[in-house]
Amino acid sequence: MTLGEKRILPLGELAEGAQARVLQVQGGQAFRGRVATLGFTLGAPLRLLQNAGRGPVIVLIRGTRVALGRGEALKVLVAPEESGDATPQQ
Amino acid sequence: MQPPSSEGRTVTVALAGQPNVGKSTVFNLLTGLSQHVGNWPGKTIERKVGVHHHRRDGESCAMRIVDLPGTYSLTANSPEEQIARDYVIRERPDAVAVIADAASLERNLYLLAEFLFLPVPVVLGLNMTDVAERQEIRISPRILEAALGVPVVPMTATKNQGVGELVAAVDRVIRGAIAYHPSRPAIREDHRAVLEEIRTLIAGQVPDPYPDEWVALKLLEGDAEITRLMRERMQERWEPVRAVLTRHEDALLAVASGRYEWIGRIVRAAVTRPRAGQITLTDRLDRVATHPFWGLFVLLGVLGVVFWLTYNVGAPLQALLDKHLVQAGAHWLRDVLVGAPWWLVGVLADGAVAGAGMVITFLPILIVFFAVLGLLEDVGYMARAAFVMDRFMHVLGLHGRSFLPLFLGFGCNVPAVLGTRIIDAPRARLLTILLTPLVPCTARMAVLAVLAPIFFGSAAPWVSWGLVGLSLVVLALLGLVLRRGVLGGESLVFVMEIPLYHLPNVRTIALGVWQRTLAFLKKAGGTILVVSIVVWALSTLPAGEMDTSYLATLGRVLAPLGAWMGLEWRMLVALLSSFVAKENTIATLAILYRAAGEEGGLAGALAGAWTPAAALAFLAVQMLFIPCAATVAVIRQETGSWGWTVFSVALLAAISFSAGIAIFQGAALLGIGG
Repeated sequence: MTLGEKRILPLGELAEGAQARVLQVQGGQAFRGRVATLGFTLGAPLRLLQNAGRGPVIVLIRGTRVALGRGEALKVLVAPEESGDATPQQ
Repeated sequence: MQPPSSEGRTVTVALAGQPNVGKSTVFNLLTGLSQHVGNWPGKTIERKVGVHHHRRDGESCAMRIVDLPGTYSLTANSPEEQIARDYVIRERPDAVAVIADAASLERNLYLLAEFLFLPVPVVLGLNMTDVAERQEIRISPRILEAALGVPVVPMTATKNQGVGELVAAVDRVIRGAIAYHPSRPAIREDHRAVLEEIRTLIAGQVPDPYPDEWVALKLLEGDAEITRLMRERMQERWEPVRAVLTRHEDALLAVASGRYEWIGRIVRAAVTRPRAGQITLTDRLDRVATHPFWGLFVLLGVLGVVFWLTYNVGAPLQALLDKHLVQAGAHWLRDVLVGAPWWLVGVLADGAVAGAGMVITFLPILIVFFAVLGLLEDVGYMARAAFVMDRFMHVLGLHGRSFLPLFLGFGCNVPAVLGTRIIDAPRARLLTILLTPLVPCTARMAVLAVLAPIFFGSAAPWVSWGLVGLSLVVLALLGLVLRRGVLGGESLVFVMEIPLYHLPNVRTIALGVWQRTLAFLKKAGGTILVVSIVVWALSTLPAGEMDTSYLATLGRVLAPLGAWMGLEWRMLVALLSSFVAKENTIATLAILYRAAGEEGGLAGALAGAWTPAAALAFLAVQMLFIPCAATVAVIRQETGSWGWTVFSVALLAAISFSAGIAIFQGAALLGIGG
């Protein structure tokens, strides 16, 4: 694992197949509550299964596939990881 | 029936679980046809209750099972969540059985973690163990049980495995035959002090059925309902609590993270997973089904099959029922009532039979739609359809989940309105219901197909397409206006679980069809019957002739309004009579233009009487007009509000008349037969 500047990206800009960890969820209380329930909590590892560049995305998080609208996917900030790094291994 | 058990009391068990965990399969297995389906008080959400009989020591015991709405958590983010937790806290069932999907245990344990704070014992039903095994996920129920402190029962409900064991475990917990000491997740360490602070501040202030610690947690989570409850109760003492909460707005994440950390520890101990990177059947299917381009073709194919079934199975059955049941019934009634006053014969043979006939002939199409919807939902395709259509639905101010119900409207508006149940957000659901009547149903298209050629000859297909296009443009515009105006411009959040594909369960689908059909008959059936009798009376009384009827009088009164659209009173009456069923338009025109019985007479009479501009205006109004009585009845049933129902009817009347005026006046300006 390389130390250095941690890149921060909105989930919607992550490439298809890439792995990352959740850094922050923006937006209203209701939205943050809803995605936190589904497992989008600090440091949670995820893999972006589908991102066509427009329209909604599909994320694999905590063993569940979750679809997020494009707007919603931009509110979730993540730190991308080299592939293999984000498999749950804490 | 066995006498009640020696304890003399029927226990109540609440069945809880997240969506897509097979909870309804479990509920159906337990209760079968003893289910009673209603609504939760004051809500339009289904409430299912049933009774399960099991044997203990050779004695039959009854267990009342209450099916809670499927929810991901117990924070009052949605009406479902509020219902689930209010029920458990206020009604205090004897136990809660939480059903979890073994293949995505982490997320499922989140809901369980919430239940552990409530003062009702919990049993965990670990469902879909077969799916988990196929994915090489191995779970040790004993370790899980030890870590959670609640009984854990592995099961595969689709194969009827483990359900009896679940009932036995629930029964033992209720009788106190097993000690119940649940472990509970702690809040993340950095927020422990805050939680303590809140607990101290609210000590002695928490109203009765609510547990103190739970209320403190919900306050930190920003739960709107509990916050309001405590603010109203604490009055001026609320201020310090509010101050603490404002300082810790991020506490929500700490609570959720704390739960997930606790879950993570348990899952690491009890579950072995295969290496990551394994490609499942779901991954393979989704490469096509959720692909932004190919996914549209899959959806098109699925919808093609739905409509093929409707026309090739539903419609012929509908015709058969109409001929052999409805018309035969009317005939029979007339024979029986020979010698009775004409109005009595009319009320029964024309009004009541026509109304009942409407209800009955709706059934084949509804059953086909319900079955197909149930199948798509059960297999897991529904979420994919919503996903693929999401980007297009944003144009209307809606998201993907609204697509399927709206699309069903092309077949018939009634199942479309009923189908809006798959939309999770109440506002999005209401908006979809309001837009549905603008989707041209087959009955409207039939009227269009009969009338357009009379006036427009070879241009009729273009006129028809234009009018369908007009309906959809109006729908899109109305979507934008209502979203910003009536619904407060709140943007709709699209967050949706994409479940794994699985084989459909026939029993679940069949019971769903049965319940929805029954609900339609019970709730909408009566309304439709009454409306058709009333419209019959209006179109016949006082003298038994449509020309002199009350409806005709109303048509004449409205004539000045009609003149703006180029419509004479007969055309207005035809529109009004279409309220019972859209097909009535043609029959009414035939009677009023005295063309019935003459070969090709209607076409000749109408072509002579209407200018093309008036005809175009009439067809446009017909397409956009208030929906049929059956649709109005289900709008009332699904919104649970007369206010929204009346709003919908008034809105569509206004829109259709405005369109009629614009088209007629526009055509006149352009000099087209004005």
